[in-house]
Amino acid sequence: MTTLQLKDLPEVPLEAESISPDRFIGKTADEIAALPVNVGNRKACLGEFFAVSGDGGPEIVLEGDLARVKLIGAGMTQGQIHVRGNAGMHLGAGMRGGRIMVDGAVGDWAGAEMQGGHIHIRGNAGHCLGAGYRGSPKGMNRGVIIVDGDAGNEAGTAMRRGLIVIGGNSGDFTGAFMIAGTVVVFGELGERTGAALKRGTVVAFKPPRLLPSYRYACTYAPPFMGLLLRHLAGLGVAVPEAYLHGRYRRYSGDMTALGKGEILVWEAA
Amino acid sequence: MYLNGVEIEETFAEAFKMWGSRVIITACNARWAMIAATTMTGFATSVIGCKCEAGIEGVATDTPDGRPGVSVLLFTPGKEDLPKRLMERIGQCVLTCPTTACFNGLDSPLTMPIGGQLRFFGDSFQASKLVGGRRFWRIPVMEGEFLIEEKFGMQRAVGGGNFLILGEDAEVTLRAAECAAAAMRQAPGVILPFPGGIVRSGSKTSSRYKALIASTNDAYCPTLRGITDTALPEGVNSVLEIVIDGLDLAAVEEATRVGVRAACIPGIRRISAGNYGGTLGQFQIHLCRVLEGQA
Repeated sequence: MTTLQLKDLPEVPLEAESISPDRFIGKTADEIAALPVNVGNRKACLGEFFAVSGDGGPEIVLEGDLARVKLIGAGMTQGQIHVRGNAGMHLGAGMRGGRIMVDGAVGDWAGAEMQGGHIHIRGNAGHCLGAGYRGSPKGMNRGVIIVDGDAGNEAGTAMRRGLIVIGGNSGDFTGAFMIAGTVVVFGELGERTGAALKRGTVVAFKPPRLLPSYRYACTYAPPFMGLLLRHLAGLGVAVPEAYLHGRYRRYSGDMTALGKGEILVWEAA
Repeated sequence: MYLNGVEIEETFAEAFKMWGSRVIITACNARWAMIAATTMTGFATSVIGCKCEAGIEGVATDTPDGRPGVSVLLFTPGKEDLPKRLMERIGQCVLTCPTTACFNGLDSPLTMPIGGQLRFFGDSFQASKLVGGRRFWRIPVMEGEFLIEEKFGMQRAVGGGNFLILGEDAEVTLRAAECAAAAMRQAPGVILPFPGGIVRSGSKTSSRYKALIASTNDAYCPTLRGITDTALPEGVNSVLEIVIDGLDLAAVEEATRVGVRAACIPGIRRISAGNYGGTLGQFQIHLCRVLEGQA
């Protein structure tokens, strides 16, 4: 296990894509400290900002308020990162495997365009959680993101596959432009949920304000929801007992797009 | 050897290589799960006439969707037959049954795209979901939605394990067979494909008629004693057979052990087993060795 203790909060955001098990494995603490980072318009090394200790194994522990440290675990394919505090933008962006656990909050674009792996954020997440970058045809494509708190706007935008679970509230445009995949929101949803969604599922446990381009289909109890909620419980998501029962109002949409997606709105039994 | 005063013949059951799968059927309640399972396993007693052998393994607990479930095992002689039979039976008996969902119950590197084929019933309205690395298909149906896993596992299995219960009369022989079947249903990984788990018409693999590949096992027919080369000792007036299919040899042996012990009740004269002299089957389940725990 490698531990990185933040020494000083950088004045400008630190781009630390090198904080990844793929880059740490097999290196000594000194070699890890020498890995490059970008701070503002200059290049620096990790050791300038972090006290590094440990053996360069597949597990990394980050300590301190890393809200200004971007790209932690971006592109990682294996191992585990535990952030004991907050994390900055682009956490786990493009990751393909491994696990990231954040005890605090994270900035925007967490898990953006990720292609595998597991991110669990115990605090809040910023905007564009699991989304596709501007101009990209698709966002998250496999993998799981769990946010215990709230998420900002555009969570799951253009996601192609995968699962996003938001324990609290979600902002506007949740699941907008989704191609497929599943977004589960236990709290309130903002405006324009599922706008231009082609396929995929948004599950709402609080009634959302729906776009007029969604059509009510039926009220039923899909066996899939039992499967999904049990899976979430296995992932450590606290699923309230009441949600294991009841039915769902299915709205098909978005009719401005392909119209093969759905918003499932839970109703108490 | 003798068990509870019943002679255990020094012989063996001859069993065959088969291919097996396990299907977990869930429904809104245990009754509908059992209806679907019973329908799916109907007319599946013997590959001789039914193309497959299938049965209910037991009640499934901790099902993928958390609903009441039943575990079904289905066996075929050939690897290529198994997906065909599963497609037919799940498509006609489970898909059609109200409230059901259907999941793979066998973790195996060899898989068959059962849900991946049945999904086309959805006429392009089907939707796929990837949950925990497993793909499922949600197929819209008139009642609501049918959920089925894309791939089902298959593995080499053992079919045709058996033993014969030779009793003093039909009543006690049936009672012994019922005791055996009840005990064997508790054993995991096996099914007893015949009605109630019991066969009254055991067969031999030959016939005096050219068109038939099997015919009545005359050596064990009490009515033919005296006109055929009988295998029945004095005092035996009825014989019943228990046939066992299992996911592996150990499961079949364990079921045999449990079943034979349960069948040894007063009025039973002998426990024997069906074989072809060891010339046809790939597995030999020696009754005495199994009972002594040496198998």
